[in-house]
Amino acid sequence: MVDTANPFIPTQYRIQKVLGETYDTFTVELVPLQDNDGFSFLPGQFNMLYVFGVGEAPISLCSDPAIETSIKHTIRAVGTVTSAIQRLGRGGVVGVRGPFGTHWPLDDAKGNDVVIVAGGIGLAPLRPALYQIFAHREKYGRIALLFGARTPHDILYKHELERWRGRFDVEIKVTVDSAINGWRGNVGVVTTLIPGAQFDPLNTIAMICGPEVMMRFTIKELQNRGVKTENIYISMERNMKCGVGFCGHCQFGPTFVCKDGPIFRFDRINTIFGKREI
Amino acid sequence: MGKNNKNTTEKVILKHDHFQTLIDLLKEREYRIVGPTLGEGAIVYDDLNTVDDLPIGWTDDQDGGVYRLKKRNDRAFFGYTVGPHSWKKFLFPSQLRLWKARRDENGFHIENDKNEIRKFAFIGVRSCDLHAISVQDTVFMHGIYSEPNYKARREHTFILAVNCGMAGGTCFCASMSTGPEATSGFDLALTEILQEKGEHYFVVETGTELGAEILLNVPHREAKKEEIHAAETIIKNTSQSMGRTMETKDIKDLLYRNYEHPRWDDVAKRCLTCANCTMVCPTCFCTTVEDVTDLTGEHAERWRKWDSCFTMDFSFIHGGSIRASAKSRYRQWMTHKLATWIDQFGTSGCVGCGRCITWCPVAIDITEETREIRKSEQTHSPNNSIKEGNNNENA
Repeated sequence: MVDTANPFIPTQYRIQKVLGETYDTFTVELVPLQDNDGFSFLPGQFNMLYVFGVGEAPISLCSDPAIETSIKHTIRAVGTVTSAIQRLGRGGVVGVRGPFGTHWPLDDAKGNDVVIVAGGIGLAPLRPALYQIFAHREKYGRIALLFGARTPHDILYKHELERWRGRFDVEIKVTVDSAINGWRGNVGVVTTLIPGAQFDPLNTIAMICGPEVMMRFTIKELQNRGVKTENIYISMERNMKCGVGFCGHCQFGPTFVCKDGPIFRFDRINTIFGKREI
Repeated sequence: MGKNNKNTTEKVILKHDHFQTLIDLLKEREYRIVGPTLGEGAIVYDDLNTVDDLPIGWTDDQDGGVYRLKKRNDRAFFGYTVGPHSWKKFLFPSQLRLWKARRDENGFHIENDKNEIRKFAFIGVRSCDLHAISVQDTVFMHGIYSEPNYKARREHTFILAVNCGMAGGTCFCASMSTGPEATSGFDLALTEILQEKGEHYFVVETGTELGAEILLNVPHREAKKEEIHAAETIIKNTSQSMGRTMETKDIKDLLYRNYEHPRWDDVAKRCLTCANCTMVCPTCFCTTVEDVTDLTGEHAERWRKWDSCFTMDFSFIHGGSIRASAKSRYRQWMTHKLATWIDQFGTSGCVGCGRCITWCPVAIDITEETREIRKSEQTHSPNNSIKEGNNNENA
């Protein structure tokens, strides 16, 4: 939880479990070092994770928000901090500040169909939304999860996707940009899954997370099917140092991604989204 | 700063030789007195011990990329405008340790790092800078979170404002409605008056009870009508001699309409992306952090440092920088100052102090860049702005 008197101070959490996800991603499960009141967050929010002496990085929460005793982060080891977390491994202690930012519109989505479109590790911040939807399944209409990965080796949460696919109340579609031997699924970018997905465009809330270019084409495709701009939500990513709106790094036009985002209703940013170098 | 009290606006006269008494009184109350002084070939803000530390008899010449100190032919205490420093160096230090930690059997723990912060008395704050302080107050203290380090410094600051007796070559506070007269946000405000027959005094206005309390112990007398009039004339003259002007009408939408404009390419050819403008700007608040350890690896510290949107690192995410071109970085800075700031904080991020113009090594002028964009809209397509303006409202 954030220390409101001093939001810069991290709280210590121990890495209780490390789960390898793909060749370059892993999930850490964190438990607080000292007893606390539990960590509550909303799907789509993120934490700043700190490694002693190394630094801090913003990472989305990817666990079930109903579980407050531990939290999970899926991490791709691409930077100094994320690599350091990987090196710490099980038993290591990290600093946590958060949760920060806006969340997926799970209340507004009630009574509607929900289309979730994820690209690569963009599935991580959407997983808490899926958990929450499954926990209150009767409140939502049809659910479609459209997931695109670069190759079959990049498919995140493979076992969970398989398990979910066994449910009859959710449509799960997976595609890869380039296949390998033995792949029997779809090949192509994630947008190719949109025309065939089952949802009523006029009563659909869309939640998208992935690279900006993927989100841009996904939005177009959803709009082509008639999904209203104000019912489309995307998760943005920018450089961040503080998470609380002070460092200025995450500015995206008039918004601060750390506090006005990362989840944006698309009609609120559509005039700047896709403009080069904003 | 103390509480505002509307009943304490009666103006009084403080003789120049009693100015030291004012400083002494603030010292007695354990303020750290900071104000303008000569240093680094400019007028900078630093500690003041006595009135003689002020740049008495000095003035400055300023223009795009030009700053020169000059002797005045009088002994004015405040006969210059603003230099490269602003008060943010005290309220929002350029380097600050956010916390320190020590490794232990449980990983690490954050160590108690309470530094006693001496309360500041700012001497000679100009109206543009009062507005800049107020802008940073909004940034740091009026959001979801309050920035504890800024708040601790800001809360007990005593502000002695000075109404400008001259405008600099790059000043445009009159355009931004931020000066040259201090209208709020001060404990005491002075207008310096030097008469040819040698009389040298200040017309003093009280802004808060604290200001009144301090003034009580400094020899003064009630101001005469003509003295008040003389002060008003000085401010009026300053207002009419601004070195620059900025048209602010519709400025937010003007810049929102012109994210794509050939002028950004033009300015990018001149801009060195040196970040000077962001360092001298009294409202720029961006920072980065550095995590450091000592040789034993047992101690770690997190330092916060002023940063600038003009660096490549600023917008770096895996894969590269969002704003790789100089054009996009200048556009980010200027659009933030004049447009997005309004959406973020309800005020302009520019107070018209002119520092970014003076300290730009290639004399890029924010007022000129804005004017050129505005001019192109007027000359090229008179209907365009109306049409796009409507679009913008729908957005």
